Amino acid sequence: MNAQRDRSRLASRGVQIAFVVVLIAAWWIGTTVGKISPILLPNPRNVFDELVDVIWTLEFVGDLRVTLTELAIAFAISSISGVTLGYLISRSQYSMRVFEPLLAGIYSVPIILFLPLYILFFGLGPASKIALGVTTSFFPIILNTIAGFGYVERIFVMSARSMGASEYQLFRFVLLPAAAPIILSGLRIGFTVALLSILGSETIASLAGLGHRIVHLAEGMDTARMFAYIAFAVAIALMLNTVTSALEAKARRR
Amino acid sequence: MNMQLRDEHRVTMAAGDLSIRVRNISHQFGEEGDPQFVRAMLETSLDIRRGELMCLIGPSGCGKSTLLNIIGGLLTPTSGKVLVGDTEVRGPLPQKIAYVFQENALFPWSTVIENVNLGMMFQGVPRAEREPRARQSLAAVGLSDFADHYPGQLSGGMRQRAALARALSLETGILLMDEPFGALDEQTRMVLGEDLSVLLSRTQKTIVFVTHSLGEAVYLADRVAVFSARPGTIKEVIAIEEPHPRKPSFMTSEKFTQLRNTLFALLHEEIRKAMEQSAASDRVAGRKGGPA
Repeated sequence: MNAQRDRSRLASRGVQIAFVVVLIAAWWIGTTVGKISPILLPNPRNVFDELVDVIWTLEFVGDLRVTLTELAIAFAISSISGVTLGYLISRSQYSMRVFEPLLAGIYSVPIILFLPLYILFFGLGPASKIALGVTTSFFPIILNTIAGFGYVERIFVMSARSMGASEYQLFRFVLLPAAAPIILSGLRIGFTVALLSILGSETIASLAGLGHRIVHLAEGMDTARMFAYIAFAVAIALMLNTVTSALEAKARRR
Repeated sequence: MNMQLRDEHRVTMAAGDLSIRVRNISHQFGEEGDPQFVRAMLETSLDIRRGELMCLIGPSGCGKSTLLNIIGGLLTPTSGKVLVGDTEVRGPLPQKIAYVFQENALFPWSTVIENVNLGMMFQGVPRAEREPRARQSLAAVGLSDFADHYPGQLSGGMRQRAALARALSLETGILLMDEPFGALDEQTRMVLGEDLSVLLSRTQKTIVFVTHSLGEAVYLADRVAVFSARPGTIKEVIAIEEPHPRKPSFMTSEKFTQLRNTLFALLHEEIRKAMEQSAASDRVAGRKGGPA
């Protein structure tokens, strides 16, 4: 039974790997045998060499630091304010009725449209990226916090009260653990969208950062190096998402 | 199950020795004229003696759970009062009253023993006393081997036993049980009822037990209070004179059948009334299913 499941998992993993191999092979053939211009699509071999160079020379450090600093500041602001305000709103049925639809409404607006405004307010530097990151990640965090604290099963609260729980004990031992899984997924979603919007806004208008570097290389027709930076940014994003998902899964364990 | 709390047999108390006095309780949900307005209870009075097991039975929606929540201080009645000993109930009395709820009220994020410990922490038991008391009450319900399991890993019957262990560990004089076996299958609830009878015959607890099962009421109770349809009030109190712990053979005795039939006769008319009420309120409100 188990061996069978392992085998089918192995089989699907094999198909996934084969898919990537075929894709890279097609890329290779297209750029060597085929007549695709290296300015549009560089040879994978060149991209790999450029990637090794980017990492070996530590050229990426400055841009990565800018992007990660923006992300860290944006996420700190949105998670602290989102969780705090979400908790306060969830304290009363009335404020939940008022704010939940309002926040959900704003959440559905494409927030990237605020970027020109933020650049006007905060300039081309990190501040406008942080502002955009905060705006995109704030809403999933606060909405999940409201959902987490606001819909704790009544029976848990009733039984804690019947056993004499104080307000603090009710919060610490009932509301918080009951809400934690939902808040954590809000934080994970918030983190992901903050990273996305920060990288995206760097490609639109910025002075530094991974997104900025990619656009800069594209404008200089240095396509192979641009591809190398894209691969690098994807790897960083994958790593960060794996770490946050693992943290979430660990905190959720029951 | 080996019970180590107190090994005395239940003794019949003098009628004057009252644990809970319910006096002219009326309760309504919502205001008159509201679409959700429900007059749940009307002028209900009841005396519960120290050390007895009182079953509340009645048609669904008759207010038996409401009364239990009022006794437990989780609900403030519209009028009337409840006295526990000489104290008027104005909120939860965790030192005197413990609860076992119908639904699974164990915290799913904590293990069984953590659940029991948390209850005692809320109640204010010193840290050093909690662990031995938790072990002891888990042993009493036969769950020693499952102390470190999460509630989600247990069957429904085991979860309710864990909830009972949590309530027992609080060592209160009064135990309120709101259809504790309501969500379980017939066989499981029979066995749990048997175990409960044995367990409780050794403690001196006063127990108020809400059920909608006639057999459960006759098997467990010293007295059964039969409720009328909404607005609920107590129609009659039937005494079940049979010593605890009761044996499974009691269930097949002539006496059991007779008592069960008496209860059924009392309830039958009220259940019809309750069904008509809920059908009528469905028509008025244009919805499916009446209030539970």
